[in-house]
Amino acid sequence: MHPKLKAFFEGLDEFYHAPYRRTLTSAYRDENDVFMLMVFAEHLGVPNPVSYYTMELLPFMLEEFHSWHKRMGMEKSPIEHFGCC
Amino acid sequence: MSSLVLLVLGLGGLAGGYFIYSKFIAEKILKLDPNFKTPAHEFEDGVDFVPTNKYVLWGHHFTSVAGAAPIVGPAVAVIWGWLPAFIWVIFGTIFLAGVHDMSSIWASVRNKGQSIGSVAGKVLSPKARSLMMVVIFLLLLMVNAVFAVVIAAMLVNTPSAVVPVWGALVVAFIIGQAIYKWKLNLPLVSLLGVVALYFLIYIGPSFPVVLPDSVFGLPPSTQWIILLFVYAAVASMLPVWMLLQPRDYINGLQLFIGLGLLYISFLIVSPDVVAPAYNTNVPAGTPSLIPLLFVTIACGAISGFHGLVSTGTTSKQLNNEKDARLVGYFGAVGEGLLALAAILAATAGFATLADWEAVYSSFGQGGVAAFVKGGGAIMSQGIGISTELSATTLTVMAALFAGTTMDTGVRLQRYIFQEWGEIYNINIFHKGWAATLFAVGACLALAFGAGGADGKGGMIIWPLFGTTNQLMAGLTLLVVTVMLIRQKSAVKYTLIPIVFLLTMTFIALLIQLVDFYNKGNWLLIILDLIILGATILVTLESSSILKKEWEKNASKT
Repeated sequence: MHPKLKAFFEGLDEFYHAPYRRTLTSAYRDENDVFMLMVFAEHLGVPNPVSYYTMELLPFMLEEFHSWHKRMGMEKSPIEHFGCC
Repeated sequence: MSSLVLLVLGLGGLAGGYFIYSKFIAEKILKLDPNFKTPAHEFEDGVDFVPTNKYVLWGHHFTSVAGAAPIVGPAVAVIWGWLPAFIWVIFGTIFLAGVHDMSSIWASVRNKGQSIGSVAGKVLSPKARSLMMVVIFLLLLMVNAVFAVVIAAMLVNTPSAVVPVWGALVVAFIIGQAIYKWKLNLPLVSLLGVVALYFLIYIGPSFPVVLPDSVFGLPPSTQWIILLFVYAAVASMLPVWMLLQPRDYINGLQLFIGLGLLYISFLIVSPDVVAPAYNTNVPAGTPSLIPLLFVTIACGAISGFHGLVSTGTTSKQLNNEKDARLVGYFGAVGEGLLALAAILAATAGFATLADWEAVYSSFGQGGVAAFVKGGGAIMSQGIGISTELSATTLTVMAALFAGTTMDTGVRLQRYIFQEWGEIYNINIFHKGWAATLFAVGACLALAFGAGGADGKGGMIIWPLFGTTNQLMAGLTLLVVTVMLIRQKSAVKYTLIPIVFLLTMTFIALLIQLVDFYNKGNWLLIILDLIILGATILVTLESSSILKKEWEKNASKT
């Protein structure tokens, strides 16, 4: 593709997405936070009927877990056996 | 006189403003620094703060600030003749609007990209900040009410526009689905979206929709107003990707196309201006030109509403401080172009002076109807489509502008109600639907109370909207002025506009107050008094802050 045309299409894309980036990102994050709560429910003392399955997800969530607990206002990991920092 | 002369003079003036005056303000007064690390770089987070290409950012800024207001205001104001409106739009854009938009971006960039309210709290005082919040609330309230009345009037006057105006919602909805659900690529979707929109406009005249004369005793314009607010309430509750985002987008594309079509038609047809330069034969009841002209045309000459956009999203995405000139000043120039097109359409699109006078039968009449009628006539000659089709095109253009602004306005107002719910612990306001209901209810009450119910009171609230807008612009310029004093730049380029705006606003409010009193419209009297109170407070606050700053400066030297 011609580079000028490509730049134009990129601009068009930005034109579509930029004004609502904030709203959409925060909506996505809210949804993600609820999911996070489900995965870690058992660890936080909330009985979770599907913990057998969510347990398997734990290793994948480690990275996001760190930013999650910080966002929730906890400096250190709230779960003893799940130390990320 | 040929409208081509006006067009050339206007374009020349705006070009001069951009190339000469804005350069002077940017370099000598604001002292924009290309090496300053803008918030977009300093706080880059991929969400709010994203360095953006200046042309893309200009596109955003321009399409966010340009709405129906720069069409309605000038089209109402040409009742005094084309010359006053023309001079105010051109000079206003050059010396006020451009400087306002550019400097408000700068003010925000120099304050971590914060919104104008927060910047005012920091630079001026907490009191100034609260004052600004009140003004912003009033502004939103009036935007929603006024635009609902405007759209309703358009749908009643141009039944052929009903199908495309509402059909545009369906197009937007499908675009949203195409982008997020079906993952189609954007250029293709945009092309199809624009084609679909113009196809709807094309078939509009074959399917005119006229509402029944009376439903539960309500006339058609009232029915439309209610339908519009029901829609706005629903739209503001839907996830943004479904409707608001694609709607804003397609509306932005449509703005460029519509503006292009209009200017091409002017160039091809170059119709004669039939309206008088200065109308000595104004209809009875028309208020005096000074000060009402300066509040009738707000957007298109200077508008405080822009400050909300400049310091809201624009400043957080500015790649380089020097870009503020293109984005802010040229954004205002873009709006000036729209206002100029509105003036030309509403004065040159008529066959004879008598035709023109028939449309401008009283103050507040004319307006969009004149823009659609006049612009439609010119466009139909220019690009060779039927008068009805071109009138439909322009109505859809204006209605979509007003509609998207209304959507956003209702949404923002809902947030304000929810915020109040949190501050004052009013539980019911926490709920999204309740806050929306209150927001819509307040606007609806104003729309009806202002005489929109029977569709005849029409635009008496319009100048009141203008005063609030100018007040907001004055406050923003005050923030800029104080910052200029602190960096020891000349302040007259922003101070003179402030004094001018506050004076005109003040006198206009007094004149309108008498008018509302004579009409016995208590709702508007109360509203007028609130704005008058805000104006006085703003003036007092401004003078006390400026006095303090000058004293501080004097003691230093």
